Amino acid sequence: MRDITLGQYINGDSVIHRLDPRVRLILTLAYIVILFMFNTLLQMVLALVMILLAYALVKIPVKMLLKSLKPIIPIILFTSVLNMFFIKGDVVFSFWKIAVTKQGLYYAAMMSLRVICLLAGSSLLTYTSTPIQLTSALESLFKPLSKLGLPVNDLAMMMTIALRFIPTLLEETDKIMAAQKSRGANLDTGNFIQRAKALTPILIPLFVSAFRRADELALAMECRCYNGGEGRTRLNALKIRRLDYIAVAVFTVCCVLLFMAGRLAV
Amino acid sequence: MSTLRLDNVGFTYQKGMPDEKTAVSGVSLTFEEGDFVGIIGHTGSGKSTLIQMLNGLLKPTTGSVYIDGDDIWDDKSKLREKRFKVGLVLQYPEYQLFEETVRKDIAFGPKNLGLSDEEIDSRVREAAGFLRIPEKLLDRSPFDLSGGEKRRAAIAGVLAMRPEVLVLDEPTAGLDPRGRRDILDVIKNYHEAEKKTVILVSHSMDDVARYANKVLVMNNGTLLYYDSVGEVFKHALELRETGLNIPTVTGILLTLRERGLDVDTDIYTPAAAAQTITDAFRGISG
Ligand SMILES: Nc1ncnc2c1ncn2[C@@H]1O[C@H](COP(=O)(O)OP(=O)(O)O)[C@@H](O)[C@H]1O
Ligand SMILES: [Mg+2]
Repeated sequence: MRDITLGQYINGDSVIHRLDPRVRLILTLAYIVILFMFNTLLQMVLALVMILLAYALVKIPVKMLLKSLKPIIPIILFTSVLNMFFIKGDVVFSFWKIAVTKQGLYYAAMMSLRVICLLAGSSLLTYTSTPIQLTSALESLFKPLSKLGLPVNDLAMMMTIALRFIPTLLEETDKIMAAQKSRGANLDTGNFIQRAKALTPILIPLFVSAFRRADELALAMECRCYNGGEGRTRLNALKIRRLDYIAVAVFTVCCVLLFMAGRLAV
Repeated sequence: MSTLRLDNVGFTYQKGMPDEKTAVSGVSLTFEEGDFVGIIGHTGSGKSTLIQMLNGLLKPTTGSVYIDGDDIWDDKSKLREKRFKVGLVLQYPEYQLFEETVRKDIAFGPKNLGLSDEEIDSRVREAAGFLRIPEKLLDRSPFDLSGGEKRRAAIAGVLAMRPEVLVLDEPTAGLDPRGRRDILDVIKNYHEAEKKTVILVSHSMDDVARYANKVLVMNNGTLLYYDSVGEVFKHALELRETGLNIPTVTGILLTLRERGLDVDTDIYTPAAAAQTITDAFRGISG
C-alpha cells in the first residue's frame, strides 16, 4: 500500500528545494503547458533533457524516477501502439493488415516522450515540495479569489489536513488488512461481488477511525482557538528572492530556445 | 501438535529502494509445542516484523518459516490454510472490529474457516468465556464497548479460530494497570487450560518474567537471547548494557548486592525476591 504514495517529498537542499513553492508550482505548470505546445520530436527530446538536468540538480537517483514511471508504462505502450497503427503515411513495414508508418512512429515517440516529461515534471514538484508548501502556495495564489467571497483560507486548511492524513490512512489500511487477513479474510480471490463484499471488514474500521481522528483533530484545533484561517500567519512566510527571479529567467530562456529549435527542425 | 521453526529469517522493508530498511536478520529458532514465550526488545528492534512473518502476513526476504516442517511459502495456494494454525493478534487489535454485534464479530474468523453454525456458536461462547466477556455484551455493538472490553473482544475473535499457536503483539499497550493485568491473566488461563503455544510480545520485563517460561530478546533486528526465563535473566548485566530494562525485582536485588547484602540475583518475581532478602537479613542477624 505504501508504494502507491506516488512522488513523495524528498528532503534536500538543492537549488530547486530553495525556490519559493509558488515559483516551483508556476514553473511546473508552465512546463506542462509548453509540453502541449511543442509539436516536433526534437523539442520533446530537448524538453526531456531539460527535466533530466533539473533532476540532476536535485540529485534524485534515476531509479526513483523510473519507479514512478512504472505504473504508466501500460498507458504509454497503449497510446504508442494506437498511434503507430492508425496514422496514415509512408509505410515503413507492414504485416497482416496492419501498416506501420513513418508518421505513426514519429507520433508514437512524441506522445511517449510527452507523457514521460509530464510525469517527470509533476513528480519533480512533489519530490521537492512538502504538501504544506504546496497548499500554502495554492492559498497564496488563490488569495485574490477571497475578494469574490471564496473561503480560500478554509479550503487551504482542508487541503492541508487531507494531504496530512493520506499517509496515515494508507498505513491504517495496511494494519486493518493485516488484522483481517489474520482472521482468515479472503481478499484476493472470488468474483467482483465477493471481492466487494470482502472489503466491508476493511472499510468499516477505516471509516470509524477516520471519523474518530477527525473528531479528535477538531477538538484539538478548537482547544487552540482555531476559528477559521482569517489573518493566520505562517512560520515560514513565502518570499520571492533573487534565486526565484534567476530560476524564472533561466526557465524562460530555455523555453525560448526550445521554441526556436522547433522552428529550425521544420 | 504444531511446531513453528524459523531458519535464518530476515526481512527488509522497501527492498531495493534507496530507503530500504532491514528490520530483522538471521533469526533461527524453534517455538516448541506448549511453551509460553515472551518476546522483548526496544521499540524498532523488529518484534512486530518478526511475528508478522509467523503467519505469512510478511514474506521473509531471506530464510524460511516452517509450520510442522512445511515451508509456509512453498505453496501459495495453501498459505491461507497454514495461516489458520497461527492466530495473530496485532497491536491495538480493536481496529479490526467491524460487525454489528460483538457476537458476529467474534464469529468472523470461524466463519472464514467454513464451520457449521452450531460449531461457530460454540466457539464464540468458548472464546467469550476465556476472555470473560459477559453474555449481555455479546449482543451490543463492538463500538459501544470500553477500551479494555474492545481489546478483549478483538482477542476473542482470534481465539475463536482455535489456533495451534497464539501470537499477541503488545496486547496490553495503552491499557490501565487493571486492564493490563486482566488481559495477561486471561492469556495465562488460556495457556494453562489449552496447553497450546503462546507467544507474547511485550516491552515489560516484569510481565514477561511473571508469565512466560521462555524469553526471546531482540536487539536491532537480531536475536540476542532465546532461552528459559532463568537463563536469560542471568544476563541481567548484559541486558542492562544494551539498554533493556531488567525485571524490577532483579534490578533491586542487583543494587542490594552492590551495596553488600548477600542476596541471590537470578530472581525475577517479587515473592522469590522477598524470600531471598529475608534470608539475607536472617544471615546478618543470625
Ligand atoms: N511498514 C514499514 N515500512 C518501513 N519500515 C518499517 C515498517 N514497519 C516497521 N519498519 C521499521 O522496521 C524496524 C522494526 O520495526 P518493528 O518490527 O515494528 O519493531 P518493534 O515491533 O520491535 O517496535 C523499525 O526500524 C521500523 O522503523
Ligand atoms: Mg511493535
